[in-house]
Amino acid sequence: MYKYDSYDQAMVDARVEEFRDQARRRLEGKLTEDQFKPLRLMNGLYLQLHAYMLRVAVPYGTLDSRQMHALADIADKYDRGYGHFTTRQNIQYNWIKLEDAADILADLSKVEMHAIQTSGNCIRNISSDHFAGAAADEVVDPRPYAELLRQWSSFHPEFSYLPRKFKIAVIASEQDRAAMRLHDIGINIVQRNGELGAAFYVGGGMGRTPMIAPCINAFVPLDQFVTYAEACLRVYNRYGRRDNKYKARIKILVRELGAEEYTRQVEEEFALLLDQAIEPPLAELERIKGFFADPDFDRDAGDDIDRSDPDFALWVDRNTVAHKQAGYVSAVISLKPVGGIPGDATAGQMRLMADLAKRHSFDELRVMHTQNIVLPHVRKADLHTLWSALDDAGLGSPNLDTVEDIIACPGLDYCSLANARSIPVAQKISERFAKTGKTGTLGQLKLKISGCINACGHHHAGHIGILGVDRKGVENYQLSLGGSEAEDVSLAKITGPGFSEDGIVDAVETVTGVYERERTDGERFLDTYRRIGMAPFKEALYD
Amino acid sequence: MTDQTPPAEGRGPDTGRLIRYRDDEPVDHGAVTVDAFLDQSNASAVRVEPGDDARELIPHLERLALVEVNFPAFGDGRGYSSARILREAGYAGELRAVGDVLVDQLAYMRRCGFDAFDPDEHLDEHDVEAAFARWPEVYQPAADARTPIWAKRHG
Repeated sequence: MYKYDSYDQAMVDARVEEFRDQARRRLEGKLTEDQFKPLRLMNGLYLQLHAYMLRVAVPYGTLDSRQMHALADIADKYDRGYGHFTTRQNIQYNWIKLEDAADILADLSKVEMHAIQTSGNCIRNISSDHFAGAAADEVVDPRPYAELLRQWSSFHPEFSYLPRKFKIAVIASEQDRAAMRLHDIGINIVQRNGELGAAFYVGGGMGRTPMIAPCINAFVPLDQFVTYAEACLRVYNRYGRRDNKYKARIKILVRELGAEEYTRQVEEEFALLLDQAIEPPLAELERIKGFFADPDFDRDAGDDIDRSDPDFALWVDRNTVAHKQAGYVSAVISLKPVGGIPGDATAGQMRLMADLAKRHSFDELRVMHTQNIVLPHVRKADLHTLWSALDDAGLGSPNLDTVEDIIACPGLDYCSLANARSIPVAQKISERFAKTGKTGTLGQLKLKISGCINACGHHHAGHIGILGVDRKGVENYQLSLGGSEAEDVSLAKITGPGFSEDGIVDAVETVTGVYERERTDGERFLDTYRRIGMAPFKEALYD
Repeated sequence: MTDQTPPAEGRGPDTGRLIRYRDDEPVDHGAVTVDAFLDQSNASAVRVEPGDDARELIPHLERLALVEVNFPAFGDGRGYSSARILREAGYAGELRAVGDVLVDQLAYMRRCGFDAFDPDEHLDEHDVEAAFARWPEVYQPAADARTPIWAKRHG
């Protein structure tokens, strides 16, 4: 994985000192809270309901064991002994004191980590495919491109006061495991006539106006793709709406201009920027690629797995994913124990995951946007040892991509923007399905819960989505069906009137009942919904 | 398309808070709006508001000695693009950030081509110095002369 050189380290260290100075000036009264707010946000520091929340960047979701240990130490030293992995492959701590923030950033910088641009109206941490470098179907490892963009976007002088936040995802396979088209810019590295290039999808997003990004350029040559991103951003910075925060994302600009006109403006800007020589040389991309070379796989690793322990066999079936190297899999550590808080991990669990990664996965871990952790390169022969250690620590839930594998935002338990709680709903749903034993028979079922219209829990992209709203002071939950964040991307549609906290759990059970009744062989919930439409579900819910 | 009705004239002459990184004499008259500038031929100072298209000035850069870019609110970042666009087009005169110009934005403004700053509120001299000295390196080229890290790596 990528290692800082003295330049990268100097930049992160400078940022720590800058923030320390800003916090000092805030405490001395030289900065008003209004002036300080965007500065602390650009360092990942939010003021939440009960305390400050610090969001730490995990660039393209990749970590080594030393970094995971540092995250555990921060959880113990500055928080309450746990952290929360997020849908943008980051980690956040919910109980932070302002006076500790600069020290935490300094601790992070010692392990080549930071909280740079994890919030604020700037280019956020770049996300990517959590199986990058391991997936059998990828054209190339997308992470070097993400790293190149990380450097380009860090402290970008022109794009640090954008109309609104800006999220970029990079993938390099037909299967989309990063919700690429639901980002402000989604980049797919593709191959055409033996050459690699970048397909640009611009103007996707969730929030109150969910949009699927249209492709605005199917093939930008690799020696121009940073310049192309710069052109996309400049048009947005100049013409994105600033009169209304809710209409300020790039998706609104692309929609109001039309994809064709937006593209025309980008191409015009791109032509001018090409003369400015702002593109890093391909040698820089090659330098970065060197850090992402395949680990030293055991070429003789066997494919046999002893499946005599049924609990282990179930975990293998559900939580391991095919690898490009024979004899290996990617193993998913579920952070979704039944009745637990989706995405939370204790410091002890983080340390265990770090140690297991070191022992069994070439010292590498990934954060998934579904709030789980991947050990990307595990020998099949090591799986039983791995699983036993995970299971002993409460990390062995065999529920990847099932109805228990719920994405949920922190909701009203933590978040000052939320209208309703998400966590208790997730807990009740996983408990209900674990109790009825239906989790397995329902197969792949992506359920996503947001506690407000900002959609941090990706409810628009859920096969089943739940949105918490406030109805006259009472939490109410809207149900939607048919969303997908994957290559078959679609936006979920609302079923009808919302439900109470207990009612929504029953409603989810009701719609899965319709699926069980109507499905044909091999159909997922989403496939059945797409085939039969909303009507049978509505009928079961409301008649 | 501007956010607010611009004043008939910009600042032009020194307000006493001017921070300037140029050796030439400052322009001694006020700046006119972009519309006024495009209508009349004798002004040499213009004031660009956030909603103005800085590219409209490009045919007339020769006769401009001062471009003020107004930041009515520091969070409105359109002025950064305006500045860079003018520098990319070859403008070599004074480029002055005016308005809600705060110490924590100075370094980025400088990188986008501003070489003068006229903030609404006085800025602490030491804080200004610290702001310009903050970044040992830069990751990307912009409108200043700094060499990006990638160029140093492959120099």
